[in-house]
Amino acid sequence: MAEPRLIEISPVTRVEGHGKVTIHLNADNEVDEARLHIVEFRGFERFIRGRLMWEVPVIVQRLCGICPVSHHLAAAKAMDMIAGVDQLTPTAEKMRRLMHYGQVMQSHVLHFFHLAAPDLLFGFGAPAEKRNIFEVIKENPELGKRAILMRKYGQEIIEATAGKKVHGTGAIPGGINRNLPIERRDHFLATVDQMIEWSLDAVKLAQDYTLEHEDLVAEFGSFPSNYMSLVRESDGALDLYHGNLRALSSTGDMIFDQVPYTKYHELIVEDVRSWSYMKFPFIKSLGPDAGWYRVGPLARMNTASFIDTPLANAALKDLKAVTSGTPNNSTLANHWARMIEVLHCVEKIRELLNDPDLQGTDLIAKGDRREEGIGVIEAPRGNLIHHYKVDEHDQVTYCNLIVSTTHNNEGMNRAVKDVAIKHLSGKEQITEGMLNHVEVAIRAYDPCLSCATHALGQMPLQVELFNADGALVDSQTQCV
Amino acid sequence: MLLIGYGNPGRGDDGLGPALSEAVAARALPGLEVDTDYQLVAEHALAVSSHDVVIFADAEIGAEGAYSFREIAPGAPEVLGSHSLVPETVLALCETLYGATPKAFVLGISGYEFGEVKEGLSARAAANLAEAEAFFLDWLQTAAHQREAADA
Repeated sequence: MAEPRLIEISPVTRVEGHGKVTIHLNADNEVDEARLHIVEFRGFERFIRGRLMWEVPVIVQRLCGICPVSHHLAAAKAMDMIAGVDQLTPTAEKMRRLMHYGQVMQSHVLHFFHLAAPDLLFGFGAPAEKRNIFEVIKENPELGKRAILMRKYGQEIIEATAGKKVHGTGAIPGGINRNLPIERRDHFLATVDQMIEWSLDAVKLAQDYTLEHEDLVAEFGSFPSNYMSLVRESDGALDLYHGNLRALSSTGDMIFDQVPYTKYHELIVEDVRSWSYMKFPFIKSLGPDAGWYRVGPLARMNTASFIDTPLANAALKDLKAVTSGTPNNSTLANHWARMIEVLHCVEKIRELLNDPDLQGTDLIAKGDRREEGIGVIEAPRGNLIHHYKVDEHDQVTYCNLIVSTTHNNEGMNRAVKDVAIKHLSGKEQITEGMLNHVEVAIRAYDPCLSCATHALGQMPLQVELFNADGALVDSQTQCV
Repeated sequence: MLLIGYGNPGRGDDGLGPALSEAVAARALPGLEVDTDYQLVAEHALAVSSHDVVIFADAEIGAEGAYSFREIAPGAPEVLGSHSLVPETVLALCETLYGATPKAFVLGISGYEFGEVKEGLSARAAANLAEAEAFFLDWLQTAAHQREAADA
């Protein structure tokens, strides 16, 4: 009989930031427990205290080099509230939306084409040397070029709206500090139809994969859960920038709907567990066991009544048809959902570029100052909450952030355990390909683990195997 | 010629790359395009494809001295992740996708304090930055003289 043992995957590759998976096997090589550990930098909430409210939308971008625009906009929305501004000028709101759609588009494209595509094209158990973007490009060089040009398009929109790629300053409390010059608008309009064509192709690619691998998608890391996101205030449509909170059960029953996000703390409780730095949020009315939920692209497809852009809405109908209109619980369907959102973002970008409000000059609104502000957006990876209090000197005295990856903490842990049990249990030898199955399940959530430090030579991948006595029996390390 | 400085200025000395590129950009040197980013990503392959020479400036741990400077060639790591896109990988993508192989160098500037949410460079890193910038400007001048001599 084999010794009980512990397998660690640390850090998880092709996941943004630092994560570690531990899998405990018993003497029969059955999976006892499997967990995702995330190194979270809660220090940021302390770091921000004492800062002036005007600085916050810029400083929060330092939280993460992966999705700085999401933090920039969520913080700006919170500061709008403190500035007493409940309604931005049309130019300010549309410029911010343009920035956000550019951000979501380029983030999703990176994930699908560069991170997930190797797994989807070559299989989860393919050799490590096969599972990378170079091999994808060898198979389809035009796809690789398209992905780069789509990313570039989104990045250029961010630069045009935020001012620069690193630490943009576009969104400020109460508004925006720039509009979109005509020549920039025309630059983006020149290729936006091409972007829509390519987005349609990307949706088809993801949809075909999902339908052609129906059995795999249905079982791989899949389980029922609740879902939560913002939806549009008036009609429950998908809205990535603003709206009210909606939560559904796994069967589509409404848990809460159209609740202003300023009441998030009445709906959500953040649980703590001894083995993880990251909290486990749950819906208060359901309790910790039944109240955990998932956020992100698939959650948004499940919660949205419809999408207000025609091509993406048609794609949403196709996705919903797979589960006859009830929530889709398949973790891997996130990829299809992500590409529908890319299409939606590009459609919205085209709509905005044709709107003369983007050249407006009324950029900032004013109001009666408050001491507390909450800003919520739908970031690429899911719901993102920023909550601040300031004193009479405009200095931050309190900060609470709930990032998308924290919302998804329980879901990712369940996915890890589900896949570990199905693919590792009872196996005499644990191969690198088997361990990649676990990573594929995590990557489907596109988690951002809040770490953008990347100095040369510092990203070791370690897989360590310990026996029951805690002795290291095998270890592999490489710089990736 | 293209200079790309990359890193996160909100993580202490990880901001050495952007600090260098922003300092050089402020000089508006003719013939030198400057880009600053949080990290190297696939679209940098497109950016470098239209230049003859590219310099990647980043923070470096464990180097001897204030900075290191070395020529690099395209190379793909065995495992590739977006978080781990290194200059050699950008060059390999550039070669694979666009058939371009610019001459490329890495300017690694020694840093010491990473990981924490912290603005600004450590004192030692700031001193290294000054040395690295002086070296880079000198190297640029030498390279320009060599090009002029070759053209003549």
